[in-house]
Amino acid sequence: MTNTDWPLWEVFVRSRRGLSHTHAGSLHAPDAELALRNARDLYTRRGEGVSIWVVPSAAITASSPDEKDPFFEPAADKPYRHPTFYEIPEGVKHL
Amino acid sequence: MTADVTLDATTRTAALALGDDALVLSHRLGEWAGHAPVLEEEVALANIALDLLGQARVLLSMVGDEDELAYLREERAFRNLQLVEQPNGDFAHTIARQLFFSTYQHLLYAELAAGEGPFAPLAAKAVKEVAYHRDHAEQWTLRLGDGTDESRERMLRACTALWRFTGDMFQPVTGLDVDGAALEAAWLTSVTAVLDRATLTVPEGPRTGAWTAGAGRQGLHTESFGRMLAEMQHLHRSHPGASW
Amino acid sequence: MATAAQAYDRTDTAGQDAYERAFDAAVAADERIEPRDWMPDAYRATLVRQIAQHAHSEIIGMQPEANWITRAPSLRRKAILMAKVQDEAGHGLYLYSAAETLGTGRDELLDKLHSGRQKYSSIFNYPTLTWADVGAIGWLVDGAAITNQVPLCRCSYGPYARAMVRICKEESFHQRQGYELLLALSKGTPVQQAMAQDAVDRWWWPSLMMFGPPDDESSHSAQSMAWKIKRHSNDELRQRFVDICVPQAESLGLTLPDPDLKWNEERGQHDFGPIDWTEFWDVLKGNGPCNEQRITQRRRAHEEGAWVREAAAAHAAKHGNGTGEQQA
Repeated sequence: MTNTDWPLWEVFVRSRRGLSHTHAGSLHAPDAELALRNARDLYTRRGEGVSIWVVPSAAITASSPDEKDPFFEPAADKPYRHPTFYEIPEGVKHL
Repeated sequence: MTADVTLDATTRTAALALGDDALVLSHRLGEWAGHAPVLEEEVALANIALDLLGQARVLLSMVGDEDELAYLREERAFRNLQLVEQPNGDFAHTIARQLFFSTYQHLLYAELAAGEGPFAPLAAKAVKEVAYHRDHAEQWTLRLGDGTDESRERMLRACTALWRFTGDMFQPVTGLDVDGAALEAAWLTSVTAVLDRATLTVPEGPRTGAWTAGAGRQGLHTESFGRMLAEMQHLHRSHPGASW
Repeated sequence: MATAAQAYDRTDTAGQDAYERAFDAAVAADERIEPRDWMPDAYRATLVRQIAQHAHSEIIGMQPEANWITRAPSLRRKAILMAKVQDEAGHGLYLYSAAETLGTGRDELLDKLHSGRQKYSSIFNYPTLTWADVGAIGWLVDGAAITNQVPLCRCSYGPYARAMVRICKEESFHQRQGYELLLALSKGTPVQQAMAQDAVDRWWWPSLMMFGPPDDESSHSAQSMAWKIKRHSNDELRQRFVDICVPQAESLGLTLPDPDLKWNEERGQHDFGPIDWTEFWDVLKGNGPCNEQRITQRRRAHEEGAWVREAAAAHAAKHGNGTGEQQA
């Protein structure tokens, strides 16, 4: 392989302990190890992170916009999953 | 920043040696800005240069005014290793220089950080930065050594060219209480391991020469260094006493 | 690799009207368009062109400032300048990533830059002749860039808007360091003061040109505003910038080189003299003082780096791509 086009990686950064990794952006790197180091240099040079994941962009399977309705509408239809669905008498605490 | 007058003369000599190493290598790495082989390396090389410049400022400030020391000393008064002043060359030369120096600096600072001497606080912070510099150099040595025929060839040339400057690092430095022989043995083990993994051979030439054994520490430098200083100091020297 | 461009089947013209209505509605409602959403081809092309030009400007823009890294007159200034030039490389990377979400890879965009088929901001075709130019770039050029960029944080295309949020946050120090640098000079020796004034004299007009041609001559503006890629017109932003700069120049003790510059009570804004658009178009066409030099250096860095990129790719192919530690 003499291809010089390094593959694309998606970068996820945990900004501090207790939070989940969040998508920060993407970058090019020849392999996972350099992707991780490039991500460290690029996305955390102001101390923005305590942990980094890199994932080859090609490995991500995304929901397609066409599937938007069947994918997400059923969820919108189940308000009982959300705490505000339930009426609690006033004055009841710790619920 | 002003000098800490409580430091004794030998400590200040050592601070100057370490500070000059960091200052000069930082300057060389700064020359890469806008010329790196890939954008990601622009960012990586600048990170390393900034770490080194930060170290240099702390160390020089232990000795005197950082700017007076950086900008108003003549070539013969600089105490840095000849290794760090070597021109960038191609990316392989820069990486070989980084591998040799950061391996040394990492071992040295780890030892200083573990001790209780005047450099312990600085070394404790710097050793983490330097660990990353060493890792960066190692990663690239592996890729260039075991990449294409061309990259391997360039990496071999670079290691060979810089090898003669590496013995300089283990000469005794006044004010630095470290075991040079032990440092050298550890350095050789570490560098050999990386070169082996990179399918490169350890250069065979001498690691010290008539002009290299401890020369940089005594103010003897190579020709390109004077030109580097001329560029670095020109503006500052053109405006005596000015503030920036 | 499934790129955004491939996610939507363009041959499906029957569904297109519905998609177009959904797109228009999203833009009208100030929602963000995301990579895999349907979008008009012209919207995609406009964004790619604009983001690419922006990315190219960041990386070409490293050169005039990097020109002074090795000569910075104090270690403090040297550290600041190195960090700033590094940020510009980083910002270039964020922007190339944003363009990539539209299905156009960085290599393709770099090819277009190197072959002159895509432009970068003309401002970087001016030389940095003295140390004060580093200050003038920070204050005026970055100042103009920020005026342009802040509204882009609300751009209708999500990845571009997000890149701009990050960039604006990081750039907040760029303008301040330039201003501080000029302040030190203007409070310094007579020679330093003269150096500062000379730099402002040379950078003022090119900075005003950074907002682009006047509204009535700007070919892409109206459509970009309708798509909410752009939020304000060139002239609006230029006026805003002039009004911001006038009091700042006074505090610096420096003069802006425009005899017509004065407060207009009636408009509540400053009047300023005519811009030499001949110069603007001339520099844009390649006849600026540094066009050739900038692109040659960029091309050379890229070509001389080819063996490094090849080596890393070859190493990855030998040792298995995507293996190794993925967490830290």
